[in-house]
Amino acid sequence: MLLTNRSKNLYQEVILDHNKNPRNYREIEHPSHFAKGNNPLCGDKLDVYLIIDDKNVVTDVSFVGDGCAISKASASIMTTLVKDKTIDEVNKLFEGFHDMATGKIEPDEDPKLRRLRAFSGVKDLPARVKCATLAWHTLDAALKNQEIISTE
Amino acid sequence: MDTVSKDTISQKRETPGRILEIRRDFPILNRQVQDKPLVYLDNGASTQMPKQVMDTINAYHEFHHSNVHRGVHQLSQEATELYEGAREKLRAFIGAASTKEVVYTSGTTESINLVANSYGLANLKKGDKILISNMEHHANIVPWYMIAKKTGAEIVVIPILDDGSLDMDALSELMDNNVRILCVNHVSNALGTVNPVKEIAKMCRDYGVITVIDGAQAVGHFPIDVVDLGVDFYAFSGHKMHGPTGVGVLYGREELLAKMEPFMGGGDMILSVSFEKIIWNELPYKFEAGTPPIAQAIGLGAAVDYLNSLDREFLESYENDLLEYATEKLKSVSGLKLVGTAPGKISLNSFVIEGVHPHDIGTILDGEGVAVRTGQHCAEPVMDRFGIPATTRASMAFYNTFEEIDALTDALLKVTELFDVTD
Repeated sequence: MLLTNRSKNLYQEVILDHNKNPRNYREIEHPSHFAKGNNPLCGDKLDVYLIIDDKNVVTDVSFVGDGCAISKASASIMTTLVKDKTIDEVNKLFEGFHDMATGKIEPDEDPKLRRLRAFSGVKDLPARVKCATLAWHTLDAALKNQEIISTE
Repeated sequence: MDTVSKDTISQKRETPGRILEIRRDFPILNRQVQDKPLVYLDNGASTQMPKQVMDTINAYHEFHHSNVHRGVHQLSQEATELYEGAREKLRAFIGAASTKEVVYTSGTTESINLVANSYGLANLKKGDKILISNMEHHANIVPWYMIAKKTGAEIVVIPILDDGSLDMDALSELMDNNVRILCVNHVSNALGTVNPVKEIAKMCRDYGVITVIDGAQAVGHFPIDVVDLGVDFYAFSGHKMHGPTGVGVLYGREELLAKMEPFMGGGDMILSVSFEKIIWNELPYKFEAGTPPIAQAIGLGAAVDYLNSLDREFLESYENDLLEYATEKLKSVSGLKLVGTAPGKISLNSFVIEGVHPHDIGTILDGEGVAVRTGQHCAEPVMDRFGIPATTRASMAFYNTFEEIDALTDALLKVTELFDVTD
């Protein structure tokens, strides 16, 4: 298919796959942490559920919601990455992801970001950065016990 | 689908030479985006300006610029003449009886806020009703919501039908003696529907209801005659009729404007000021506080000249051909569904594609040089009505070509291929 490089960079197989078959797409009945994310500009909505044990480890994580391929794939990949990580590790991952999506660092600079590099293309599309980071901001809000956040 | 219509789809259409000639007036249409020729299909958000308008604005800045209505010096007089000359052009353009009825504003939004605050606040009370159509832009909803909150008036929604037409039967039933104001757009920005404003205005006159028409999406597409339409207020923006941003017009019937208090206070809108007594300026200056957008107003006058220089009847029928062609071509895109198919709509196609979010469509189209609008189009109630989060909107102008519709369709086929959409 003859697509421009920019679209090809962004809409990689991994993003299309997670958009079509999102992982951990379910509600958790008794989450220890929960937040609703909202991007009013696009109408994207995401709920993130977490169970964190007494050692501060994420033992279960899931999401439900509606949004574009970028926000949905980002949420799906996020859930696969943060499971079994400590809150500290999750926070570091979020920081790295945010810096990559906003073009502050290259994905190669941090081995932890290897599985998130598909999203590095959004840095060229300022209007889409919020799509990629919505799930992570929502996760962050859940960890800080803020139940509703908005990436505006 | 039968064979005959298939043939029609595959048939490429050639853009008439007159249109290609008009395109030369619009320098921006020659630029490239992502190394591809720009295909500008976001005219509903803002139309492009012809060189004639830019030259007029430039000449004003280079030669005449000064403040208006103030100085006795040469430049101020020239600026005032140009500024007031543009007002007269606009008066004739919309068929108003007098320039007293043509108030410069910053755009449609300010025009409606002016009516809501100046007329609405003074004339609405608890128990009164404001009818607002379900297809309004937020600019014709939010100011009324704010005024309703202050006055205790009630907002009642006029429903729309599945094809995006206004439900005229429901409107007749909603009309009663408590209705004071009716707000409807002439053309819907999200659906392209052209509302029967003349018929609505007649119904409103019978009930003594004041009409507030959002004409933002109409002025660029077909001629307007406010007297023939029989409306009380008509609001529009310069940048949606090939003029600059930052300027618009509120038309209001003189009888109503004369009784209204000013919306904003400041210089130019008063005859005399002392700390004991202030006398408002005459119409339309009463509503024009502060230094106005002088260059923009003069530019808007040039846009009127430009539109008047074109054969608008031909352009209207050409835009209809474009719409028909686009509607036919879009049928070849898997999973695509049009939102808004009212008969007689303007050259605008709003649509959704099964399983693909409009923002992904917008980004991929942008990569192909095709500029469309994606989202809720500042008309969330329309999206709710059709149960969708957002749409993609290709809104055409008379300078768009059949080849550009082909480019749009090709780009959409790339979207459906990438996202593996099948019917």
